[in-house]
Formats: sequence, structure tokens, C-alpha cells
Amino acid sequence: MKEPKIKSMKYEDFKDNEYLEQLRANGTDIIVGNLDDLINWGRSNSVWPLTFATSCCGIEFMAVGAARYDFARFGFEVTRASPRQADVIIVAGTIVHKMAPVLKRLYDQMADPKYVIAMGGCAISGGPFKKSYHVVKGVNQILPVDVYIPGCPPRPESLLYGMLQLQRKIKMEKFLGGRNRQEDPNSNEE
Amino acid sequence: MTRAMKEKILSIVPDATIEEKAFLTVSVPPISFHNLAVRLKNDKDLQFDYLVCMTGMDWGETLGVIYHLRSTTLKHEIVLRQETADRENPELPSVSDVWATANFNEREVFGFFGIRFINHPDMRRLFLRNDWVGYPFRKDYNTDPEINPVRLESEVNEDIVPTVELTESGELEEKVHTIFEDDEYVVNIGPQHPATHGVLRFRVSLEGEIVKKVDVNCGYIHRGIEKMCESLTYPQTLALTDRLDYLSAHMNRHALCMCIEEAMGIEVPERVKYIRTIMDELTRISSHILFYSTFCMDLGGLTAFLYGFRDREKILDMLEETCGGRLIQNYNCIGGVMADIHPNLVKRIKDFIKYLPPMLKEYHGLFTGNIIAQQRMKHIGILSREDAISYGVTGPSGRGSGWACDVRKIHPYGVYDKVDFNEVLYTEGDTFSRYMVRMDEIVESLHILEQLVDNIPAGDYAVKTKPIIKLPEGQYFKSVEAARGEFGVFIESHGDKYPYRLKFRSPGLPLVSVVDLLASHNKIADLIAIGGSLDYVVPDIDR
Repeated sequence: MKEPKIKSMKYEDFKDNEYLEQLRANGTDIIVGNLDDLINWGRSNSVWPLTFATSCCGIEFMAVGAARYDFARFGFEVTRASPRQADVIIVAGTIVHKMAPVLKRLYDQMADPKYVIAMGGCAISGGPFKKSYHVVKGVNQILPVDVYIPGCPPRPESLLYGMLQLQRKIKMEKFLGGRNRQEDPNSNEE
Repeated sequence: MTRAMKEKILSIVPDATIEEKAFLTVSVPPISFHNLAVRLKNDKDLQFDYLVCMTGMDWGETLGVIYHLRSTTLKHEIVLRQETADRENPELPSVSDVWATANFNEREVFGFFGIRFINHPDMRRLFLRNDWVGYPFRKDYNTDPEINPVRLESEVNEDIVPTVELTESGELEEKVHTIFEDDEYVVNIGPQHPATHGVLRFRVSLEGEIVKKVDVNCGYIHRGIEKMCESLTYPQTLALTDRLDYLSAHMNRHALCMCIEEAMGIEVPERVKYIRTIMDELTRISSHILFYSTFCMDLGGLTAFLYGFRDREKILDMLEETCGGRLIQNYNCIGGVMADIHPNLVKRIKDFIKYLPPMLKEYHGLFTGNIIAQQRMKHIGILSREDAISYGVTGPSGRGSGWACDVRKIHPYGVYDKVDFNEVLYTEGDTFSRYMVRMDEIVESLHILEQLVDNIPAGDYAVKTKPIIKLPEGQYFKSVEAARGEFGVFIESHGDKYPYRLKFRSPGLPLVSVVDLLASHNKIADLIAIGGSLDYVVPDIDR
């Protein structure tokens, strides 16, 4: 079985190597598989995030984009202000009832392939505001989430780690046939 | 003074009841409330021109509103209170024509408590969706998620809004008020827009490139913090303050801690005051540097963003070393601070005081002197001093209009009474002066740090408090100068370990309420510059 390798971090340094391997447990055709690898190599190294933030995590997201942490090093070259040009939406901050339809619409406007990172406690489960009457208890009720990054707010390093995990996940995708990830349980689309 | 004030109020409204608490508290029957408000503002011995805080209340049998007023010239304060026993159709007179800041605050109270304000021009909910069922801040609100599920269909925006008006014959009449006419060209900006600094939404009516009117829509990050606090113990409520205006996390928490300490009668050690003041100023510098970064980015200067964040990281390192958190520090606690300062802190601050001034010079060279930047900032979005007071625009934005509103000077807390610093004032009131106030305040904050850093007295970093904290019955109000203006905390305690009502006077809400005033008749690109210079933080507006 192939190991998902990315340039920025060693395979052994990631903590949950088994999970991603399950995605390719059945193996693939050698020609199709190599073609997939080529496509995924390109995709995983140019994942552009959407400039989207609702609260505190957004400032840490900005810090990661700025001089010291600089996620451009890893292929998250620029943030895009339009969902049409973005590949990944980093849900940085609390999502409330009034924002939920807007977020769903932003996600729908993004072009495939698209990914979702839930950053921080609020996006994962509602976090400190879980008991509030106006907070969505986890963004996974609205969108299919690829990577969860815990923290309140997560440190820039953990955001980078989460983004590298996403790159590994992209490396394991099958472009030519086959399902790659869990579909949204709430959607009625085929 | 108090006696003269009492007599004056009784001469205007004979059936008002006056209690002497921390502030003079006047309960006014609704029928004469508007009259009293006008007199309080215009009387030359009273001059209550600044509505600090407006709090909706549910006292069980009655619904009401509490107003904290301050005079900017005579410096005295008063608390007004009006209530209605009608829970089905509560209606109270509006004072939005007396103090402009009441406009948004009354809409907030309407959304939370269902109190309709008579003669208010626009009775829409400020934070909640139009189809929200119930009034969440009432004590009998049903929190069942079945009633208000997460709705994924977008809400309909109404251009015609309901109002209640009092006719000359004394009857109440339901009327409508038109925000946008049918033939107006309305453009939507936000909630997902990089220049709105978060999830704020403007509906802008345009005539060519000129902005005619801005309708501000808030609530895209309304988390119901105040309501949550009513079911949390006092030490637990502290954690949520950091997440209001996360860029002045430390000051917000400072305000709540001070308010609780004052209510409990705790005197904090001198060392704590020094540490808190130092941390406040560090947070302020980091917030103002972030303002510089994002404001320049809004106007198209990306390099400035990178410069600003580079220097801001140095402060975050210091905060992290001492508090354990970078952005959200969770450092203050009731009676002191969580842990003693790190041994490196003093040295790091000294290094930073030497490091930053040359960088500030670089900032000014990079952006302030730029001719394009100057043309986009000077004489754009002028806020007069009178409007700043009436709208309650405090902080650097208010001081850019020449209003000396610094809480550190008016009601010194911490050790601000022992340090020497200037209150930076600019009188032009345009975008450029709001920008310059912040840049100059960085220098003043460095100056404050310089005076404090060597003199931190020895002693405890916290006093011991009881494991269960109960506040004596009463109402408490305390405010601090956060990075964006006056941040106030109002607590009504009924003697339990939970607050009966906890209200945060957010500095951000007045800032968005002037956007319409400032941006009208300017170009749409100026709307971005004006919004950037006001420097609001949206979770702080929405709470």
C-alpha cells in the first residue's frame, strides 16, 4: 500500500497515519493510479483558501497568512475573496443561525473539488457557546468537514498541521472513479 | 450637586422616584419619559448629552429599560429607569431623537425583549432573523431548538419596515417606514466581504458611484453571550468576555473583573493593578498595530499588512509567555490575575520599547505620507464632535473628532492615575485623524509601559476569594477604555451566584451606527476607508 507523502512534513511525524490509508485500502490500477497521483500532486500543492472568518479564529488565520507563519510556503498561496476561485473554506469562528444559510451558499458557490476545514471549538461543536440559543452546534450540520482543528483559538502551528493533513488527504483521492469522502448526510443530491 | 439635580428632576416629573445608589437612580413613568430626556439633555445645569449604556430588562412582572447617562462637560452621571407591566404588547417611548445612539440600542432591546418603542423610525430586530420565534432575553423564553431550528433558506430583506407612532390625539398608530424605494439601486456588501472586517452586512443604495444610504445589518455573529451569562457563575462568565472583542480581550476581562470586585468589596493588591495596566497597554498596542495592518490592506497596501503582523507577533510572544494564550489570554481573574508574570517579561517589554519606535517611523514612511493614501483619507467621512457624542462614538474614533472621551482620564482605574500620558486628540474628525489617533496612541502606550515596567511592586498576584462567589443585591456598572472605545459592564445581581442580567456596553455598536452618516454622499470606495478607520470588531457589536 502506498504512503501519502507530502514534501513539507515527514510521514512518521503525522499522528493518524492509519486513517488515510484506509481510503486506498482496496488498491488501484497502476495506470489510473499514477494518473491520479499526478493530478493530486498538482491539486494538493495549490490549495487556495477563501478569505472567510467570523470571529477570533480569523485573526489567527490572518496571522498564519502573514510574515511569520506564512502558509504560502506549503502551497496555500493566496487567500481568495471570491468563493468561485477558492478550493478550501476554513470555517474560522462561530457559525450562528443567521450566518448558516450564508455559509451554505458560499460552499455551494465554490467549484469542485472543494474542501472544508473546521477551525476552532466553535466550528467543531459550538465550543464555549454550545448552550447559546443562536449558535449552530458544529459546522458539520451544514457542510461536510474534511479536517477538524481543535483549539480556542488554535495556534498557528496547529492550523498549519491541519492544512498539511488536508494535503495528505487530497493525495489519497481518486480522481478517476471511486468515492473519496463522506457525503453530506443532510443533502438530498444524488 | 445631587440635591440640586434631584429637585430639578422632581420639578420636571413630580411622580418620579429617586434612589441614591452608586449612581442617582430615577424611575420615571413612561408617559413623561421623553419629556424628561429632552430636558436632561438641554438643561444647562444638567447637560446629559452622552447615553453611555442602554439595557433592556425583564424583572418578571415588568419589562423595562435602564439608561446610563453622562454629561461630557459637567462629568456627572445618572441612571434612568422606565418599565411597563404589559407583557403582551409592551410599548415604551423612544429617545432615538434625543440621543442618536438609542436608535440601534432600541432595536436591540426590541429583538431581545419585544419592547416596541413609540416613534422609533425603524422597528426591526437588530440581531435576530425576522422569522425568529420568541424574545430570547425574556426569562420565560422557550429554548427548545425545535421552535427555532437552523434554517438554511436565506431570509427576506424588507425595504418597508413597521413603526409605532403616537398621533397628536394621543392614540398609537401602526405605520410603515420606507428604507429603500422601489427604484433605488441597492447593492449588497457582506456578510462575506474581506473589507467589512468580519461578518457585517451593508445594504448600500447607490447613485452612480455615490452612496445615498447605508442600511447596516448585524447579527451574523450574534452568539447570545449576555443570555448565556445569566446561567453561568461569575468566574465562568469571565471566559466569554475575551471572545467579545478579541483584539482587546484583556481590557474586556479587566472591566468585568473590576465590576465584580467592586460589588464584592475586594481591594486588589497594587501589584495586580500594575500587571493589569501593563497587559492592557500591550493589548492596546497589538490591537492598534492590527488596525494599521488591516486598514492599509483595505486601502490596497499589502506590504503594510505584513509589516504590522511581524511586529504584532512580538507582543503575542510576551503575552503567551506570561498568560499562556496568544490572542485570547484568559489572564485576569476575580481578585487578581491567574499567575505571576514571567521573569522574562520586564526585559522583553524594555526591548520592545526600544524596538517599536523605528518601526513606527517605517510605518509612517510606508503609508502615512503616501499621496494616494492621504487623498483617500483626508476630508473623507467627517464626524463632528456633536455627532460623535450623540452617537456615543468613543475611543480613538471619538477622539479623532475632538471629543476627550478617554475613560482612563475620566475615571482612572488600574494605575492610570499614577502615570503620565497624553490623551491624543485630533479635531478634524475625518478618516485621517481617526487613523492618526491610533498611530499616536501606540507611542503613548509605549510611554505608559516605560513608566510602569521598572516599578512593578512586590506582593501577591491575586487575593484569595471564596470558592462560590455571590454578589450582594444591586446594580453595578464599570467601564474601561478598550482599544475601540468605552467598554462597560452592567450587572444586576439578585444575590445569587449567577448574574440576573449582565450587559456589555460594546464600543462597536455605536461605530457601525455612524457608517450611514459618514458614508452618505461619499464614493463607494470611501465606504471601505471609513469602515476601516472606524475599526469595529464584529463579534463585539453582535455579542
